[in-house]
Amino acid sequence: MAGMARAATTADAFNAVAEPRRRQILDVLAGGERPVNDLVRALGLAQPQVSKHLRVLREVGAVDVREEGRQRLYRLNGKALKPIHDWVKDYELTWSERFEQLDVVLEDLKQKEEGHGSGE
Amino acid sequence: MAVASSGTATVTLPTDEQILITREFDAPKDLVFKAWTTPELVKRWWTAKRGEATVAEIDLRVGGAWRYAMVTPDGVEVAFRGEYREIVPNERIVSTEFYEGVPEGVSEEDATTVNTATFTEKDGRTTVTILVQAPNKETRDAIVDSGMEAGLQDALDLLEEVAISLA
Repeated sequence: MAGMARAATTADAFNAVAEPRRRQILDVLAGGERPVNDLVRALGLAQPQVSKHLRVLREVGAVDVREEGRQRLYRLNGKALKPIHDWVKDYELTWSERFEQLDVVLEDLKQKEEGHGSGE
Repeated sequence: MAVASSGTATVTLPTDEQILITREFDAPKDLVFKAWTTPELVKRWWTAKRGEATVAEIDLRVGGAWRYAMVTPDGVEVAFRGEYREIVPNERIVSTEFYEGVPEGVSEEDATTVNTATFTEKDGRTTVTILVQAPNKETRDAIVDSGMEAGLQDALDLLEEVAISLA
């Protein structure tokens, strides 16, 4: 039961990136596929901690893993992070549309000013 | 003749309680301020094409009230209100903002943000920044969207990479 509760709170892209170390892992993986050892070095953390973070990222699908010989190679799966992208984009879109309307209003104001100001 | 830019506003989340919106306009700041504070002009842009503006009341003095409302195509009224706390013409407006449609049981105090809009001109162009300060993270998240658990301060940096990896 405890395990299930934990899964429920972590199986969400937003939670996965809420932790700075996990964002750091994603940043490193954005540069390409990496073995765990590289991540351990890049983050300066002990391997068990890195593995713990990787497990959370894997649960939400933000990283994929494959085995090659004795190495486990991790790579970024951006699709799993799309909810975050959509979340921010939606808000940004409203403001962008609002500001595009404002551009039109400002253009009108500028034209009126030019009309009035020509005889100064 | 300037062309209306189609560039997007930049939205970042500097802290758990804040939203920062930035956008540059090809107009001097006195005009941007005028468009920002004149009711009939506000009605032309504030709806973001998501409905018909029905109310834009602006009592532009410290302690004065404002209220904007629109009706969406499916007939729902969306209204915001607040009061002015600080006004420096063409420079800065600090005001409170409360969404009238907050769920029942949420107090006005808990759902009211303090917004600081600043207008900075350079070479005839104006940068507007709006810092939205929420009383708590829950309200901030509810404003942006869904109240999901999110500590997203740096997530926007990540989004660039996500966008690339989606391409």
